[in-house]
Formats: sequence, C-alpha cells, structure tokens
Amino acid sequence: MSDYLEKLDHLTDAADPTLGDTEIQNYTINFGPQHPAAHGVLRLVMELDGEIVERCDPHVGLLHRGTEKLIEYKTYMQALPYFDRLDYCSPLGMEHSYVLAIEKLLNLEVPLRAQYLRVFFAELTRICNHMLNLGSHVMDVGAMTPNLWLFEIREDCLNFFERASGARMHAAWFRPGGVHQDVPLKLLTDIADWLDTRLPRLFEDAMSLVVDNRIFKQRNVDIAVVSKEDALKWGFSGPMIRGSGIPWDIRKAQPYDVYDRMEFDVPVGTNYDCYDRFMVRVEEVRQSARIMKQCLSEMPEGPIASFDRKVSPPKRGEMKRSMEALIHHFKLYTEGFHVPAGEVYVATESPKGEFGVYLVSDGSNKPYRCKIRPTAFSHLQAMDFMMKGHMLADTTAVLGAMDIVFGECDR
Amino acid sequence: MGHSAPKIAAIDGIAQEIAELLGSMLVETVDHADELSFTVVREKLADVMLLLRDRAQYQQLMEVAGVDYPERPDRFEVCYHLLSVTRNHRVRIKVSADEDTPVPTVTHIWPVAGWLEREVFDMYGVIFEGNADLRRILTDYGFKGHPQRKDFPLTGYVELRYSEEDKRVVYEPVKLAQDFRSFDFMSPWEGAQYVLPGDEKASEGKA
Repeated sequence: MSDYLEKLDHLTDAADPTLGDTEIQNYTINFGPQHPAAHGVLRLVMELDGEIVERCDPHVGLLHRGTEKLIEYKTYMQALPYFDRLDYCSPLGMEHSYVLAIEKLLNLEVPLRAQYLRVFFAELTRICNHMLNLGSHVMDVGAMTPNLWLFEIREDCLNFFERASGARMHAAWFRPGGVHQDVPLKLLTDIADWLDTRLPRLFEDAMSLVVDNRIFKQRNVDIAVVSKEDALKWGFSGPMIRGSGIPWDIRKAQPYDVYDRMEFDVPVGTNYDCYDRFMVRVEEVRQSARIMKQCLSEMPEGPIASFDRKVSPPKRGEMKRSMEALIHHFKLYTEGFHVPAGEVYVATESPKGEFGVYLVSDGSNKPYRCKIRPTAFSHLQAMDFMMKGHMLADTTAVLGAMDIVFGECDR
Repeated sequence: MGHSAPKIAAIDGIAQEIAELLGSMLVETVDHADELSFTVVREKLADVMLLLRDRAQYQQLMEVAGVDYPERPDRFEVCYHLLSVTRNHRVRIKVSADEDTPVPTVTHIWPVAGWLEREVFDMYGVIFEGNADLRRILTDYGFKGHPQRKDFPLTGYVELRYSEEDKRVVYEPVKLAQDFRSFDFMSPWEGAQYVLPGDEKASEGKA
C-alpha cells in the first residue's frame, strides 16, 4: 500500500496537474457594504481558498459623519445628543461616559437619586442592547423565532425609555449634573412588574430554544477562539474580553455612579469562542435585571439634578414667574457653561465594552477636543486573525458575537 | 464628595515609579483630575511602551487620540491611553509631532495600534514610522486633507450628489445655502477682539 501511494505521489506535479488536482487560485470577494448579516455598512474584503477564509480586510468608515469634529463646534450641552447617535442600539450607555467626563472636569457632585436613575436606565439600556444582539446573532446563524421573541422585550424597553424621556431611542436624558427629568412613580412600578414577570418569561423562553440547541452550538462552539493574551493585545473589552476568560468589568473594577453599592456577578467564558461570548451576554441580562431590582429597592427620593446653577437649568415653574430664572435659562441654553481647562479620559462599561471619552477643555464653553473611543473599532480590527482558517459561513457568527454597530465604529 | 466618574484607586508612588522606569526618556509629568499624563521623547516611544507593558504591567492599549494645537511648534499631540487590568490603573502617554516628523509605531507591541494609528494619520496626517498598513480608514476612498485639523473647515471642501445626467455620484465644491454661523459667546463688554456690528464709527471719534 505504501509504495503504491509513493508511486501516486510522483505521478503529478504542479506543472502537470491531473484533472482532479487542477490548481485553483484564491479568489477575493466583497462581503457588504450592504449585507443583512453585516449589522450595518461593513465592507469585508475576503480572500478565500475554496470556502476557507485566508485573509479578511474590514473596510470601515462608510457611516463616518464627523461626530468628533461637529462636537468641537457645539457647546457641551448641545453635543450630548450626538452620543445617542453613535451606538444607536444603546444610546444611554454612550451618554453616560460623556456626562461623567464633563462632571469629572467640573468636579460636579450628582444627587444620589440621579445616580440611581442613571444606573437603573443604563442597565435597562444593556438589556435593550443585548436583546438586539442576541436576537440578531441567532438569526445570523439560522434561527428565526428567538429573534421575534427578544424583540418583544426590546419593544418594552423602548416604551420605558419613551415614558422616561419622551424619545424611544435617542433619549438625550442624562445631563451633566444628573438627568433631565424625574420619572413618574408609575413607571418605576411598571418596570418592577416587568422585571418580575414579562422579562424572565420571554427571555428564558427564548433562551431555552437556543442555548442547548444542537445547530446553534455547531455554528458557534470553537469558532473564533481568542486566548487571554490575544484579547489583551487586541484591546478587547466588555463581553469580548470576558468571553476570553478575563474577569474585567469596569462597573466592578472602577465603579462609577452607584455601581459600588450594587451586588452583581461578572460572568466569564471558559472556551473563549463565539458561544461563550453569547452566553456571557445572556448572563449579563440576568445580572442587569438584578441590578435594576436593587436600584428600585434602594432609590431614595430627592433632587435629580445638581444644585450648581452654573450647570443645571432652573425649573420650568420658576421660569414662569421669575425674570432672573428666564435669563438664566436663556444663558445656559445659548452660551452654555464653561468647563475649566484640563483633560480627562473617562471610560464606562457600555453594553458593548469599554466606551471612552477623552475630553480636552481649554476653559471655554465648547470642547477643544472630544475623542470617542468606540468599542467596535478594536474588536473589528481583530476580525482578520479571528477569521483565519474559518469557513465563509462563520463570518456571520463571528460578527454577531462581536456586537458591532457602525454608528459607533465610524463615528 | 465630588464627581461620580469611574473611581480609579491611586497607587502610592506610581508617578515616581514610572519616572524612575523611564529615566531620561520622560519629558514632563502632569497629575490632573486624578489622571497621570507622561510626555515622553518621541523617538523613544516604542522603548517607553515596551517598558510600561513588560515592567509596569500596563497590558492594554485602549486608545490613541490625536489633538491639534496649531500654535505650537510641534502642532500635533498623540495621546496613548494605557490600562493595567492587574493593577487596575490607567495612564496617558503623550508625544508631540509635526507633519514631517514621524512617530514610531507601536504595532509590534500591541497589534490593536494598527487601526488606531491609521485613524490618527487619517484625521491629522501624523505619520507613524513602521506601520505597514498606513491607509486612510474613516474618510472616503480618495479623500484629500485631514479633517480633524483645526484649520480644516467644518463643512469640508467637497460635497457629493447623484447626478441624473452622468448616472453616477459626482463630487462638487461645497455650496452653502446659508452662511456658516459661528458664535463666540464672548461678552461685548469684555474681550471681544473684533469690531462690534454697529460700532464701526466708535474709533473715528477718538482719532
């Protein structure tokens, strides 16, 4: 047998291939810029050997809107709504970093109720974001039903945002010094009911279809394994770094607002693959619900915005009666407030990972420079090495587990 | 009580420790708002980063940010934000650069620097020596100029639209329907550096 194989081995060579051994050249394909599984406008230039991905070059920037440049021309308050439009799946997570950065420069104290409200709604945002991501991830690998059920939860979340801020998605509700408006008690009790009844029922139902599903596991287990060393080198954060087995959560390590009073667990992956990243997010939803319940039971009554009249506007009712309050309001919304010169880098645990704002102030009423650290930028960059040697069809699973939104990646 | 931004526990003597580690490569240390910034010698940047990663446990490079200060001789500042997940600490390393003075790359230390450096190059035109793939990243294919520079206008120079005659997207110089308005919010009583509207004849009386 062995000399037969040896004989065969010398029968053909590259110069004279037989019919079965015809040399196939690698070919390059474009994935996107318009592809339903690309989660936005992503163009991947992929070099394929058959169906195996040999090289993957993501082209980003198709949604670049010059947010950082625009912010330099706006006052601190006017720049806030731009943050909703970065990661439009988790708007309040983006605002959180920005308002904290301003408060750090101003060294502004935030009333306790406002801190609780922010943490409460930041966690609701996390649930809302994960519903979209988990749902679209399972849909990318072929399942339909869980996505529809998870969108039901997302719809509930958006309704809650609407009742708090008036806007379903682009809330612009966090303000330097607190939040824009207090929430009605009925909203809080409704969310408490929802956390006890609807959320667990819908979510656990949907997850029971997915987590032990044979097809889902075949598509995700052992796909795009990232070691701890690689996760650190490639600047991973959020569920991506936790999926790689590093228990790093900014809410725990560098707590902001009232996260230091909250009790929650940080899930980590054990196999470092796409399935682990998915499961980390699943557990984060449960932990978020836990944090929200603690907020509800501990939230004190009190003011929801700072008393520093240089930063937070006077009340509506006051403006109807007092000329000074009206002038004050006018000045705050035209000139805005001045921020002392200096620079800070503030990063929070957004649903997708570390979302940072590097704010440079020159003492005027506009940011001199506002650099936004998107989560997707470093994750997407690792696409090349994560995809190497995988099948073309795994692209969607890898992308889904990264949780990328282009509003934020391209800014 | 103060602000409620992420609380990063200060490590005793960390500034001293890094200053000793970097030695003559360190130019300036700033400790502002509980954040440490170290300005270092540009040519030695790669050595500094290696020392910080291997000896001071700053394992992660989270962000590379460019800042433009047109009035300085070296107009650009490149800020590297490092994170230590073991010591739970952040530091900022800065170098200054010019359009013509290349900054050494750190892609061999952290591969994540590849795109981050590309972005600074795209936005400011800072050149990173040794970055094998220094293409534009966020702007359009074939874009000219570096949009984050302070002398680049907010509106840009070109706009594009779909042309029905040519059956393709065409680029044209920007035409603004309304003048670009910019307010400086300086009080006219203190510090306005220009002639106030309606006040043109004020200086004639004096002469």
